[in-house]
Amino acid sequence: MISHEEVRRVADLANLALTEEEIERMAQDLSGILAHVDKLNELDTSNVEPMAQVLYDAEPTATLREDAERPGLGNRDALANAPLAGSGYFKVPKVIER
Amino acid sequence: MSHTIDSIRKGLHEKQFSAEELARETLAFAEAENPKTNAYLTFAPERAIAQARRVDETLARSEDPGPLAGVPIAVKDVILTRGLRTTCASRLLANYIAPYDATAVIRVEQAGGVIIGKTNCDEFAMGSSTENSAFGPVRNPAALDRVPGGSSGGSAAAVAQGTAVLALGSDTGGSVRQPASFCGVTGVTPTYGRVSRYGLTAFASSLDHIGPFSRSVRDSAVLLRTIAGRDEKDSTSAFAPVPDYAAALNGDVRGMKIGLPKEFFEGLASETGDLIMAAVGELQKLGCEVREIKLPHTPYAIACYYVIATAEASSNLARYDGVRYTARASSASTLAEMYRVTRDEGFGPECKRRIMLGTYVLSAGYYDAYYLKAQKVRALVARDYAEAFEQVDAIVGPVSPFPAFRLGEKVNDPVAMYLSDIYTITGDLAGIPCMSVPCGKTPEGLPVGLQILTRHFNEMDMFRLADAYQRATSL
Repeated sequence: MISHEEVRRVADLANLALTEEEIERMAQDLSGILAHVDKLNELDTSNVEPMAQVLYDAEPTATLREDAERPGLGNRDALANAPLAGSGYFKVPKVIER
Repeated sequence: MSHTIDSIRKGLHEKQFSAEELARETLAFAEAENPKTNAYLTFAPERAIAQARRVDETLARSEDPGPLAGVPIAVKDVILTRGLRTTCASRLLANYIAPYDATAVIRVEQAGGVIIGKTNCDEFAMGSSTENSAFGPVRNPAALDRVPGGSSGGSAAAVAQGTAVLALGSDTGGSVRQPASFCGVTGVTPTYGRVSRYGLTAFASSLDHIGPFSRSVRDSAVLLRTIAGRDEKDSTSAFAPVPDYAAALNGDVRGMKIGLPKEFFEGLASETGDLIMAAVGELQKLGCEVREIKLPHTPYAIACYYVIATAEASSNLARYDGVRYTARASSASTLAEMYRVTRDEGFGPECKRRIMLGTYVLSAGYYDAYYLKAQKVRALVARDYAEAFEQVDAIVGPVSPFPAFRLGEKVNDPVAMYLSDIYTITGDLAGIPCMSVPCGKTPEGLPVGLQILTRHFNEMDMFRLADAYQRATSL
């Protein structure tokens, strides 16, 4: 069973501000799912290579290209969905106190 | 509306209608029908009419307008469309206007396809019922009190109700095949890397696929050929040449070796099992050789998937932090608080659950026990398929253990909801092509899909088998 404290620790890592109600629910849900995930330990995988890549069907260098300049998205488009922007930058609440 | 790609081609060439007339008619019909199912989140009349006019002008010059000329297409709202709202069915992106087009979208429009709107889905494609949309659930056109499946429920429903001829969806753990099965349409998950993921909002990058929906197998084959192939903007997109699938659909599948995985028939509702076995009988009549096979690691697939998919999701969804993507909590005064409150207000319960699970399994001390372990089990699942394909050309089985369930029926039990993906998840883990083709209805009138899986890059045999079955049964 995942403790409330552990849920808070993970929520912190995930940048989620969960309410007390959400923490209670999350502890239950995660415990249920992780109990099912424990099934993986029935398998001996000591001689199995992890599948880190799904498929690769070409030469190792096939995805490389010449290091030539190309137009990107552009500053205006990149900022177009920002909740707050100015002078070509994303704006966020003040980070450094004077 | 019961058009196919071919009937539209014929209609345009014989001047029965123009592409613009068809686009206007489709939009009017889709907008009128939408309150019944909530399949669409956004309609794109300006874009659709402009594209249809381009098709009409090309035809007027007696030039080739492309293989999808004038065909109305709906696009799942996790796929970016430049200048058009792309919400991922999330409150976080309710006002997000995509700054570029997905490669699949560009290819559809270059082929003359007419994008008429964006379809509803589970938030960030996380779910099996489309009940996790921030903009309300989708209803199944075949039974309005039932879910359409998910996460691409809107795309499946749009094709089923005839408000689009084709649709694009995305599949990470069954999100194309399961809604196709529930709504009674054809849905295809191609080989991993077959279709560029550029412009597909990332959920679990090693599992995400874009895939077609249509009523006929042939139409999905044409759509897949259009969107498939190497794209330098997605380094995981495959170099393998893309054959002309539709040209090879001649109904002849004599001698094809078909495997029935016994693990896919355990715990299957009898009404679904009966339809699947009837379909297998039909394939035998067509001259296929059927034998039982084993995919022994199937019982571990859900556990494996929910570790890998949530781990990747927790990383991919970290970008929604209130800085770049429209929504920002106004109450926060510090940067850290702004991240937290924005994400807490913005994500729905299922996204939070998966972000939490993924963060947990990747957190210090747990990586080897969960993520690395799951990657090893994934290799075993993939090996099961590789060994099976030494004996058979194709594998068939059910898509889902049961037909469409009622809205609300499973929403409070995440594990039960996850377990419903048991037959679709292994195909995604292995990265092989797989599809759902309609194989009849239960006594209650609920559609059921037959799943067909083939080896990497062999979409051809998958389409040949599905098409031969569809011709023989007219289901």
